Amino acid sequence: MSLAKKIISGDRRALARALTLIEDGDAASERILAELHVHGGKAHLVGVTGAPGVGKSTLVNALAQSVRSRGDTVGVLAVDPTSPFSSGAVLGDRVRMRDLAGDKGIYIRSMATRGALGGLAHATAAAADVLDAAGFDRVLIETVGVGQAGVEISANVHTTIVLMAPGSGDYVQAIKAGILEIADILVVNKADLPGAEQTRAYLRSTLTMGQSVRAVAGHPHREQADVPSPGWEVPLLTTVASVGEGVDELLQSLVAHHDYLAGSGELDNRQRERMRAIVESRLRNRLYTRLVQQVSQQRFDALLQAIVARETDPYSAAASLMEDLD
Amino acid sequence: MSTNPIRVLIAKPGLDGHDRGAKVVARALRDDGMEVVYTGLRQTPEMIAEAALHEDVQAVGVSILSGAHNALVPRVMTQLQDKDISHVPVFVGGIIPDEDVAALLNLGVAAVFGPGTRTGEIVAAVRGAVERAAAGASG
Repeated sequence: MSLAKKIISGDRRALARALTLIEDGDAASERILAELHVHGGKAHLVGVTGAPGVGKSTLVNALAQSVRSRGDTVGVLAVDPTSPFSSGAVLGDRVRMRDLAGDKGIYIRSMATRGALGGLAHATAAAADVLDAAGFDRVLIETVGVGQAGVEISANVHTTIVLMAPGSGDYVQAIKAGILEIADILVVNKADLPGAEQTRAYLRSTLTMGQSVRAVAGHPHREQADVPSPGWEVPLLTTVASVGEGVDELLQSLVAHHDYLAGSGELDNRQRERMRAIVESRLRNRLYTRLVQQVSQQRFDALLQAIVARETDPYSAAASLMEDLD
Repeated sequence: MSTNPIRVLIAKPGLDGHDRGAKVVARALRDDGMEVVYTGLRQTPEMIAEAALHEDVQAVGVSILSGAHNALVPRVMTQLQDKDISHVPVFVGGIIPDEDVAALLNLGVAAVFGPGTRTGEIVAAVRGAVERAAAGASG
């Protein structure tokens, strides 16, 4: 039986093996993904992102339990950073997910970024597709702790949860571009800590600002019946993930967002954009690999030396390397 | 291009709450370029085997300072067998009396590391066992 067939039949070891092959860029991985593709497209892909220490793993732990209590299965991809010096990593997200152990309806996989920026690993999108094809109803993807610019998650999922904690910046932080813009659902976690109400107030004020602008520009007649999509108003929720407070409400919001996406046609758009990103990324990698294979190390080193010696420049060097491609 | 990183699980079975040793070892393996999945404290043998399966690790390290190694390690080995991943080498670290080491090795444990072991020795043992297992699988 092929690895893909084993995965479909629920073989967790085959699933784990396939994810390793994909992470390692093994030659077999593309065949596995190709075979699995037809089985995908059913799972609700959910991203959980936010700064380091805001409680992403703890929230995933609580959210996964909430999803399970509805009878749905959950796949978790937890991304942690790779050391830029040793290329090693300590993947510690399971520490907060111990409540999920021993449940056959849950699969948890830790992934190292392996040099990728933007909060995910290069293999995360493909890994999510594998969990989708394996039949998990919801796939939760936890990014590395990100700052203001780790927005890659939103292109890889249907619903993005942005998690904040009390004390994470004032009004100016909240109106900057970046991570807040990608939120489909905004959550203030650790709501039992001092300052939670103030953080909530900053965020609410930012959200209403965005909505009034969007209402004017995008939907000038949103009350009228001929507008097919009323749009999505980003809910601002509060949780204490460590004790599960507010988590059932978060799940309700997730379900509502998925219903909104499906009902408005936005789900199809997001699926198409995901697929576009995957194809483009494969193309980029393959072109780069082909280039690297055709350029000898000596030629590359010689060009590098010439650049450092200011005999040529990085831009002309890259252009001349490109000419080596047939 | 670079070779693929070795994936290792570091786990603390049982009830003792002393995880500094496990963290030092995790850090040393990381600094050698490995990807170390750390499970945290108070894991059951079932949880450890499940994590090893989900994470497709090439080695498992368990740290035990409670004195319960003669009870816990056999259960970890049984659980790995039940999940059909008994080929994954298992390392034991902690306060293990000399007279217990032979019994653990007889269970199939790859090596036992006591207090004072240099991290370089652990890194080399893990790397060696993983490379031997990989050669055995392909040869």
